[in-house]
Amino acid sequence: MLHALILIPLVGALIAGLLSDDQRRPLLLPLVALLHTGLTLAELWHPSGPAHGGWVQLDPLGSIVLLTISLLFLGCSVYAVSYLRHDRPERPNRFLCLSLLSCLAAMTLVCISQHLGLLWVAVAVATVSMAPQIYYNTNARSIEATWKYLLIGSVGIALALLGVYFLAYATLVAGVDATLQLESLLEVAPKLDQGWLRLGFVFLLVGFGVKLGLAPLHTWKPDAYGEAPGLVGALLAGGLTNCALLALIRVYQLMLAAGGDDRLYRVPMMVLGLFSMLVAAVFLVRQADFKRMLAYSSVEHMGLMVLALAIGKGALAGMLLHLIGNGLAKGALFLSSGTLHRVYGSKSTLGVQGALRRVPWSGSILLGGFLAVTAFPPSLLFLSEFTIITAAFRQGSWVAAVLLLLALAVVFLGMAPIVLGMVLGDPPSRLPSTSQRERLLTVLPPLVLLLLVVVLGVCLPPPLADLVHQGAALLRGGCP
Amino acid sequence: MTAIFLTDQLLIVVMLLNFVLLGTGRHQLSVRLVAAQGVMLGLLPGILVPFSWHLALITVGILLVKGGLVPWLIAQAIKRSEAKQELQPHLGFGATLVLGAICTALAFWFAARLPLAATHHGHLFLPASIATLLAGCLLLTTRRKAISQVLGYLVLENGIFIFGLLLTEAMPVMVEAGVLLDLLVGTFVMGIVIKHISREFSSLDTSRLTALRER
Repeated sequence: MLHALILIPLVGALIAGLLSDDQRRPLLLPLVALLHTGLTLAELWHPSGPAHGGWVQLDPLGSIVLLTISLLFLGCSVYAVSYLRHDRPERPNRFLCLSLLSCLAAMTLVCISQHLGLLWVAVAVATVSMAPQIYYNTNARSIEATWKYLLIGSVGIALALLGVYFLAYATLVAGVDATLQLESLLEVAPKLDQGWLRLGFVFLLVGFGVKLGLAPLHTWKPDAYGEAPGLVGALLAGGLTNCALLALIRVYQLMLAAGGDDRLYRVPMMVLGLFSMLVAAVFLVRQADFKRMLAYSSVEHMGLMVLALAIGKGALAGMLLHLIGNGLAKGALFLSSGTLHRVYGSKSTLGVQGALRRVPWSGSILLGGFLAVTAFPPSLLFLSEFTIITAAFRQGSWVAAVLLLLALAVVFLGMAPIVLGMVLGDPPSRLPSTSQRERLLTVLPPLVLLLLVVVLGVCLPPPLADLVHQGAALLRGGCP
Repeated sequence: MTAIFLTDQLLIVVMLLNFVLLGTGRHQLSVRLVAAQGVMLGLLPGILVPFSWHLALITVGILLVKGGLVPWLIAQAIKRSEAKQELQPHLGFGATLVLGAICTALAFWFAARLPLAATHHGHLFLPASIATLLAGCLLLTTRRKAISQVLGYLVLENGIFIFGLLLTEAMPVMVEAGVLLDLLVGTFVMGIVIKHISREFSSLDTSRLTALRER
C-alpha cells in the first residue's frame, strides 16, 4: 500500500513525460491526485505496518502532513486542468506536469520515511523537482527566482546532509550499533555523543530552516512565490515547507529522546521562529506585490510553527492543527490570487482593485482566505493559534507569547489594508481587455480548501483529532 | 600506516586545490580542478576500507558522478554560454586567498576540538572537510558569475562528502546513491538555468539579477 502511494505519482509522471498532447496531459493530474488521496485515506483508516525493514512507515506525524499535502495537491490538480487548458493553452506543460507529479512522489516519501538518510534524499528530490515549476513562465523574472531558489536551496540541503552525517558520526563515536533509522536512533539517543549530536542539530536546523524559509534564511521565498504560477506557490507554501517542517520535527524527536539540557535546542528554535515572525510582519506592511505578501505570510506561519515546537507541551497539538490549517488556507489564497493575477494582468496591489465586482468568487475567496489565515474564528487557525498562545503563557514563556501576539497583530494590520484595497472599490476603468476570467474549475478548488479550513475549525472529526493527539504525544516523548 | 599516509597526502592535495580555485577566475581551469577533487574523493574510500562490492559500487559512483558527469555538465554550460572567466569578483582574488588561508587555519583549530572516533584519530579528514566546505562558501559568496557560483556549490558539496567518507561503512548504499544522484540532477538543472540566464541577460553576471527585491 505504501509503495502504491509513491509509485502512482511516479508512473503518472512517466506518462506525463511520454504524452505529447498539451491539452490532454493536464487531465492526468487530477486522476493521479484522486488515486493518491483515496489511497491516503485508506492508509489512514487501515494503517499498514512498517515496510523495508522499518525504513518506511506512516506514523501519526507523517499521516497529518501526508493528508494535508494530498488534499492540497488534489485542489491544485483540479485547478491546473482549467489553468493549463484554457488560460495558458499556448504554453507547453510537459515539464510542469512531470515535475508536479514527481514532486508529489517525493513529498509522499518525506511523509512516510522513517530513516533520516532516506528522509534527506526525499527532501532533496522534492527541492530539485520544484525548480522547473517555478521556472514555468520562462521570463527574466522567473529565471532570477529559479536561480536563487536553486542555489540557496541546494546549499541548504547540502548543509542538512552534513547534519545527517554528524548524527551518524554521533552513533559511531558513542560506539552504539545504530543505523539512521528513526526508531533505533530514538532508542539509543541518550547514549549518543552529545557534541556531535548538537553539531548535527545546528546544521539540520539551518539546512531545513532554509527550506522552511525561516528568517534570515528566507530570501529565496518571496522571489520564488512571487514568480511561480499560483498553483505552484500553493504547493510550495503548503507542501514543500510542510515537508521541511516534518523533517525538522523528526530532528526534534531525536533531540527530545536524547535528553540533556533542552534549552540547547529549544532556544535556537524559539529565536529563529520569533525572528521569522517579526521579519515577516515588517515586510508585510505596505507590501506592493500581493504574491510576495503571501510569501511573507508563509514565513510568518512557518516561524509560528517552529516557535510552537520550541514551546512544546500544550503548544504541540496546536502546531499540528496549524500545519493542516495553514497548508489548506495557503492553497485557497495562492489559487485565488493566481486567478486575480491573470484577470488583472498585474500582481501589484495598486493595479488590482474591486476584485469583488470583477471576479466575485475569487475576490471573496481571497478575502475569506485572508481572514482564515489571520486566525479569525471559526477558522482552524484560530483554534491552533489560540492553543499555542495559551500554552506559551502556561509554560511561562511570557516574552515569546507577547512578541508572538505583537507579530500577529502587526501582520493583521499590515495585510488588512492590502487585501481590502484589492477586493473593495471599483475595478480600474482602463483595464486591458483580456480573455482571462474565472472559471468553475479555477474557483471550486480554492473554495473547497477554504471551506475545509472553516469546517475543521468548527468541528474536528474524531479520527483527525485522535491523530493530532497521538502526534502531539509522540512529540512529548510518549508513546502514540 | 601507509594507508593513513596516502589518505593524508590526497587530502592535502584537495586542500591545495581549494587555494588554486580561490585564486583563479578561469572557468575551464576551475572545472578541471573540481573534477580532480572529485577523482581524489573517489579514490579515498578504496584506501580506507577493505574491498567489498559496496566499496566498489561507491568508488565507481563517485568517480563517474564527481569526476566525470558533473564537471562535463558544467563544461558544456561554459561552452554554450561562451563565458571564459570571472571578471570582477565581489572580492579580489588576493583577498579571497587570504580569507581562504584563515578559514583553513580555523578548520584545523575547530577540528582539533571535536571528539573523533578512535580509528579516525590523526587523520586529516575532519579539517580537510571543514576547510573545503568553507572554501566553497567563499567561492559562492564572492563570485558574481553563475558558473563560479555553481563551482562554489560543488566545492562545498565536496567538503561535506569528505566527512561522509568517514561513514562509508555506516551509510547504506541507497543513501549514498541518493546523494550522488541529487548532485547530478541538481547540476543538470543548474546547467539548464545557466543556459537560460545567458540567453535572457546575454551575460552570466548574477549581480544583474536584481529585478526581484523589496522596493
